[in-house]
Amino acid sequence: MLLIHCPYCETERPELEFVCRGEAHIARPQDPSSQTDEQWAEYLYLRENHKGIYAERWRHIHGCGRFFNAVRDTVSDKFLSIYKTGEPKPDLDALAARFAKSSAEAKK
Amino acid sequence: MSQPFRLEKGGRIDRNASVTFSFDGEELEGYQGDTLASALLANGQHLVGRSFKYHRPRGIVTAGSEEPNALVSIHRKGDQTPNIRATQVELYEGLEATSQNRFPSLGFDVGAINDILSPLFPAGFYYKTFMWPKSFWDRVYEPIIRSAAGLGYAPKNPDHDRYANTYAHCDVLVIGSGPAGLAAALSAAESGARVILCDEQAEFGGSLLSETTSTIDGLAPAEWIVKTVTTLAGMDNVTLLPRTTAFGYFAQNFVSLAERVTEHLAQPDAKLPRERLWQVRAKEVVIAAGSIERPMVFPENDRPGIMHAEAGRTYLNRYGVKVGDKVLVATACDSAWQAAFDLADAGTEIAAIADLRPNPPESLVSIAKARGIRVETACSVTGTSGRKRVSKALLGRISESGSVSAAGEVACDAILMSAGWTPTVSTYSQSRGKVVWNEEAQAFLPGVHVQNERSAGTCQGVFGLDAVLKDGYAAGEDAAKAATGKTGKVTYSIGSGDEMISGTFMGEIPHDRDASRVKAFVDYQNDVTAKDVKLAVREGMHSIEHIKRYTTTGMATDQGRLSNINALAIASKALDKPLTAVGLTTFRQPYTPTTFGTFAGQSRGQFFDPVRKTPSHDWAVDRGAEFEDVGQWKRAWFFPQDNEDMHAAVARECKIAREKVGLFDASTLGKIEVVGPDAAEFLERMYTNPWKKLGVGRCRYGLMLNDAGFIIDDGVVGRIAEDRFHVTTTTGGAAHVFATMEDYLQTEWPELDVWITSTTEQYAVAAIQGPLAREVIAPFIEGIDLSAEAFSHMSVATGTFCGVPCRLFRISFTGELGFEVNVPRRHGEMVWKTLAAEVEKRGGVFYGTETMHVLRAEKGYIIVGQETDGTVTPDDCGMNWAIGKKKHDFVGKRGLARPDLVAENRKQLVGLLTTDPKVVLEEGAQVTTSANPAKGTPADGHVTSSYHSATLGRSIALAMVKNGRALEGETLYVPMPEGSIPVKITGTVFFDKEGERLNG
Amino acid sequence: MAEDMVTTLYAPDAGEEPLLSLPDVSMLKTAPVTRLSFRGREEARKAAGKGFGFALPTKALNAKTKDDKAALWLGPDEWLLLAQDDALETTLSSLEKALSETPHALVDVSHRQDAILVTGSKATWLLNVGIAIDLHIDAFAVGTVTRTLFNKAPIMLWRVSEDSFVVEAWGSFMDYVSGIMIEAAEELKAA
Repeated sequence: MLLIHCPYCETERPELEFVCRGEAHIARPQDPSSQTDEQWAEYLYLRENHKGIYAERWRHIHGCGRFFNAVRDTVSDKFLSIYKTGEPKPDLDALAARFAKSSAEAKK
Repeated sequence: MSQPFRLEKGGRIDRNASVTFSFDGEELEGYQGDTLASALLANGQHLVGRSFKYHRPRGIVTAGSEEPNALVSIHRKGDQTPNIRATQVELYEGLEATSQNRFPSLGFDVGAINDILSPLFPAGFYYKTFMWPKSFWDRVYEPIIRSAAGLGYAPKNPDHDRYANTYAHCDVLVIGSGPAGLAAALSAAESGARVILCDEQAEFGGSLLSETTSTIDGLAPAEWIVKTVTTLAGMDNVTLLPRTTAFGYFAQNFVSLAERVTEHLAQPDAKLPRERLWQVRAKEVVIAAGSIERPMVFPENDRPGIMHAEAGRTYLNRYGVKVGDKVLVATACDSAWQAAFDLADAGTEIAAIADLRPNPPESLVSIAKARGIRVETACSVTGTSGRKRVSKALLGRISESGSVSAAGEVACDAILMSAGWTPTVSTYSQSRGKVVWNEEAQAFLPGVHVQNERSAGTCQGVFGLDAVLKDGYAAGEDAAKAATGKTGKVTYSIGSGDEMISGTFMGEIPHDRDASRVKAFVDYQNDVTAKDVKLAVREGMHSIEHIKRYTTTGMATDQGRLSNINALAIASKALDKPLTAVGLTTFRQPYTPTTFGTFAGQSRGQFFDPVRKTPSHDWAVDRGAEFEDVGQWKRAWFFPQDNEDMHAAVARECKIAREKVGLFDASTLGKIEVVGPDAAEFLERMYTNPWKKLGVGRCRYGLMLNDAGFIIDDGVVGRIAEDRFHVTTTTGGAAHVFATMEDYLQTEWPELDVWITSTTEQYAVAAIQGPLAREVIAPFIEGIDLSAEAFSHMSVATGTFCGVPCRLFRISFTGELGFEVNVPRRHGEMVWKTLAAEVEKRGGVFYGTETMHVLRAEKGYIIVGQETDGTVTPDDCGMNWAIGKKKHDFVGKRGLARPDLVAENRKQLVGLLTTDPKVVLEEGAQVTTSANPAKGTPADGHVTSSYHSATLGRSIALAMVKNGRALEGETLYVPMPEGSIPVKITGTVFFDKEGERLNG
Repeated sequence: MAEDMVTTLYAPDAGEEPLLSLPDVSMLKTAPVTRLSFRGREEARKAAGKGFGFALPTKALNAKTKDDKAALWLGPDEWLLLAQDDALETTLSSLEKALSETPHALVDVSHRQDAILVTGSKATWLLNVGIAIDLHIDAFAVGTVTRTLFNKAPIMLWRVSEDSFVVEAWGSFMDYVSGIMIEAAEELKAA
């Protein structure tokens, strides 16, 4: 069971209190009627879902109830960055590089 | 004589507390402090089971949780628990144990024929043999294999014991309480950290419990244990958990422990839980799991009486039991020599020490000589004999070239073996750390650390008592500092004892026998031999993961703690690749088998899942209601009277509700209060319908889609004030709709000034439906004009009911004149009883969910989740009227324009009437255009709802049918095993098509 | 604060037998109180403070109490406001008056949830049977309030003193929550 830092409650809580709601930073198009069928299908269904560093939406559903975003390494399950809804998406490549460096240092 | 192999003195058992127990029905004696294994050995009983595949007689091999052979069933209070390791069972008065996997008896087992037929059972046997015919697998092969090969029998009765769960947090969790673990716990605790120390054994101390030759701070190990444990027990920041196995290490230092609370008690208090699951979140973990001895893979190494040297020493020093009268010690490691010396000093005859090494340490040889023990060097055991107990060993001499020649035989009744020590890296491996081969230690040791843990002591290759203690203290201090940032005064102890760990051997012991005929076991529990591993390699399995699965080596309950290294060495030799190139299988949770009861904890029976009840529940129980589960809710299903069956009860309820009046509990419907200046704008975006022009005091049916365009929920929404709406949802959709609304509000439209609050349980809701509905509520309502003109269909108003605040809706899910009375929940029971009395007075009925379903189906009202399945659009249901045509956007609008959603030939909701009015279709049945469709023809639709309508005197059904609306009046078919049922396609409204009754 | 809250707001329900009464831990149902769910932005929070009588807490997971009222932080735009049972109308109207110019949502949820008081030296032990968070006094100080789960049921937990907690759950979940604790406490009765 993961331990997740809620940026609103400012504390770590067990995964039980959270739900993951898939890839982050996919905004609902401002004017859906102007979207082509392909664009709309992409908005509805197409997700990166890759192995590795991934920005996800989480909700502290059994806590403060807030949605927030988190960058997680789906291989090690480590959270690299947690930030509030509305804040910009971090540079994932830079995060990944820093993460790789710090894990290399941690190895004893 | 009772307990013929018990020594006069020695051991940690309580000789004043004699304990009677039974094994396979035979009454035996042991002492308090014994394990079942030590007590059996004290009675000379080595044979304790039959092996899994070949049914070979098997004896006790170890003294710990890694025991592969001594699996027994324990019987208590009419129940039995199978596959318990006798080495972990603490003896108690009246303990009843039986052996497993034997028929008719342990001594004579017909399954042993498998041993003679063993050439027929090579590695991969099941894969090769039971391939054909496929249909034989379920009915013939599997049942026979399962009954012939296997362990104990699963218990058949429900488990009557209680189980507990607790969540715990600490700064430092120490796993294992040998010298390293105790030292780590002490230094972490003295540093001020919150410490949990757990050990799978009944007593703390680990290897020190059977140690007699060393001292710590000048104290005997046993005295030092008492001193240390007493200190720890006196500290507020320490939790001591004996009999507690850390069985799983999960992400972010989440470690699960299984505590055996009452297993060791003769008369456990029924109030105590049998086992407790500890779900521990530790800031730092110290793994002090120790190491276990490695068996020697020589021919016939599995006879009862052949065991680990350290186990023999443990039985001697800890339990005062000698494992035999004439013991052969076969070793490649120094430590077994100490076992020989201890046994010799206790009066056991040592037949010989046979050391594989040509030059074992001279110091050991001279001690042996001084005791008159025969020593054979460069010597291997090449075979054994003895049916139920080893009686003889063949020795072989290993030449410098590696060839082996016969070197005579030795009579013995026990063989103690040691091929060296394997650090226990299971727990570390579970933490996702990767082990690395350490050439110096000749072992796999913790390598990369992934979590906040560190190993201490022999499990990370540190040997020698003083070194182990130092490693433990340092680990505890380091962990405490990492967790709390603090260090404290730490008392170090100094250990002294001989280094006894040099010497190791991996793989098959060289011998001069016919390798194609002899069985040298690698994995005892799964009956895997060296030959099987080599065969697997010959047949193309080159990865250890493949070899493991093909032969099942390492797949026993010890997960290969005993067998992995030997199997790896045999495979590496067969492949002619270095050990490290073959790889090591991953150790996974659980460390030892863990009961289902432990996982379930209190979550069973009435507490398996929350059982949610409405305020009318107890009343409905009194009235004899049958209930159905709707999600976690218990809802009254129907109210049978005078032994009515469901059909009769529902027919009566339906009829009277339409003729007079019915009372229905609608409390479970989800309710959301949507409040704020932008409330109407928000609903405009969330629902298909228009809301801005809805007047205060009016209601509207709302339909909710997802952005794909499919129906996900519906409900009535009332406007309480300009900026306040009372939204209702389906019972099952309440949580999801609330979460979906929050999602859009927080992440898509944070600028909207609107907030939502769940009020599902703020209100109890009574629905009163039928021509007399107004008369039923009128006497109790104040502050609302109930006349048809002032309070027309789809109105909402606030007033009081029996003096308590009330939100009254005039709405209908039956097609009748209807009201829904919403009152604060704690008034619900009073209001319900008041209404029930009034309804009875007027000849009305109480009805449940079944009648509600029939009444709404007669009116063609959909139920989300019954008519819809997540792929249904409003148009599919004939509900385009619910879509606000002028709205620029709402959730689902763009989705509705997707090519597949506007395509021809979509399934549409229609009514079905069977030609025979008595036939009630099956819900879910297929609908076809042909009476006898050819096999493989896709169905044209399916029945979504089907009932007998008492009002109409016939059956009715709703169905989703391809192009259904265009087929009205045509006959289609519902093919059933008994033949096709002709059905006529109709509109969806079966009763009161004009809707006049609503206006009553 | 704790004793005040116990004796004023969360009075044990006079007509009810204790759910659990052991030397080390007890569980009592409490009498009804006024509960208002308040949601809004920072301006609304400020205005609400004026209407309620004191400023609503801004610190996460914190409760503020004064006289016989309490304001509990549940989320960055969500508070639970507590008052005496008979103060529903007066509290509502004074809040709505103060908030008349500010967008907000104020909803009566007095009946939505029930409360129990879990008190005693074994209180944290008993709560941790189903609550997965650390209740050590250093990790969960007096005055801390949070929503969390008790096994499968959502609850609100408020520590009112070192060994006294208010547990609130929606009405239909309370039997499940209290039932598991009663069952778990059985072992405390063992000899």
